Amino acid sequence: MAATEGQEDSGSYVLHHLTNLRLNLHTMKFDPGYKGFWALDIDSVFFAILLGLIFLFFFIRVARRANTGVPTGMENFIEMCVEFVQNQVKEISPHANSLVAPLGLTIFVWVLLMNFMDIVPIDWLPYVGEKVFGLPNLRIVPSTDINVTFGMSLSVFVLIYIFNFAYKGPIGLAKEFLTHPFFIKSGPMVVLNVVLMPVNVILRLVEDIAKPVSLALRLFGNLFAGELIFVLIAVFASNAFNHGIGGFVGFGIGGGLIQLAWAVFHMLVIPLQAFVFMVLTIVYLAGASTSHSEEH
Amino acid sequence: MDPNATLIVQSITFLVFVALMWRLAWPPILGAMQARQAKIAEGLSAAERGEKALKDASSKSEGELKAARAQAQEIIGAANKQSAQLLEKAKADAEAEKARILEAGRAEAEREIAQAKEALRKQVGDLAVAGASKILKREIDAKAHADVLSELAAQV
Repeated sequence: MAATEGQEDSGSYVLHHLTNLRLNLHTMKFDPGYKGFWALDIDSVFFAILLGLIFLFFFIRVARRANTGVPTGMENFIEMCVEFVQNQVKEISPHANSLVAPLGLTIFVWVLLMNFMDIVPIDWLPYVGEKVFGLPNLRIVPSTDINVTFGMSLSVFVLIYIFNFAYKGPIGLAKEFLTHPFFIKSGPMVVLNVVLMPVNVILRLVEDIAKPVSLALRLFGNLFAGELIFVLIAVFASNAFNHGIGGFVGFGIGGGLIQLAWAVFHMLVIPLQAFVFMVLTIVYLAGASTSHSEEH
Repeated sequence: MDPNATLIVQSITFLVFVALMWRLAWPPILGAMQARQAKIAEGLSAAERGEKALKDASSKSEGELKAARAQAQEIIGAANKQSAQLLEKAKADAEAEKARILEAGRAEAEREIAQAKEALRKQVGDLAVAGASKILKREIDAKAHADVLSELAAQV
């Protein structure tokens, strides 16, 4: 959309917007094309931590002033968030560990804020970054970076296993791995359990590995697609500079309106994805803290 | 879309944020909210209790008022009765007094009548003596004819 992008090849424009500001940790230089593991997406990390610190700042400030008087402004809003998450956790699992609700709240607020960066017009911050700080690339939406979404979902995965071990113990967990969902309790067919056990283990492994993968890919996919469509609409609108005054009005205003419409639609996706990530995390952790044998 | 160290940084940051939220932010906020909830519940129940007490007190005061009214009515009745009795008594006394005074007056009048009669009788006797002596042209010895005279007087 910006004037500087108008003459550029639209393909490189799109790629430029989907490339992270990547720091090669071997050479300590910006190298957006680097494919190795020891690199850091500075832009994603910076914005993720910045947003995280912003919400933590507000939450801890309210927590320090917490009292039983009439809540005001920010206090009210934060208590609303807390109550919302607390109710979700209570509904899903009434006897959840005290960690679950704060974890869910952190996920919800953080993912929500990261997703909301998508609403910032796509060229503003990269333009400032390029002109003021001389940064070659800048992606401001951390949740469109698959490393960020996997970083969170793998942490959740680790927590699921910590919960599993803490609540069921190694033996209970092993028993669950071997005997769930297929198990013959008695009768002449008991011998078949030998065959069923490997099946159970494979099913369980697929089930557990699917959890972090689906969490990360769902969030990444939704936000990446949203971002890509913003970029493509911007490419469409950039035709405004190539077709005279009529093109300027048509593509410029049309593109602007399409951007607005997509942003409005995206406002639905943003909280929904944050909510889905949170609820699924709560469900997984609740499942990890209750053994299947108790349910039957 | 290549995995890199961002993953590790993000994981650690995430866990740190969760820990901070869990330890620093969550307990005071939730505690305050629960305390406030308890306070509000207590306030509501206190209001309910107050309302009930008010209702009790008003019904009690109504009862007292009714009792007081009844008592007042009773007192007024008694007073009325007493005043009627007093009036009755006073009337009776006055009646008796009147009768007594009348009786006294009548006795007095009778006595005076008797006196007058006596005096009249004497005068008649005297007159009769005077008349007889005039008729006889001589003096009648009043002393000699006293028995005759008194007999005459008694006949008048």
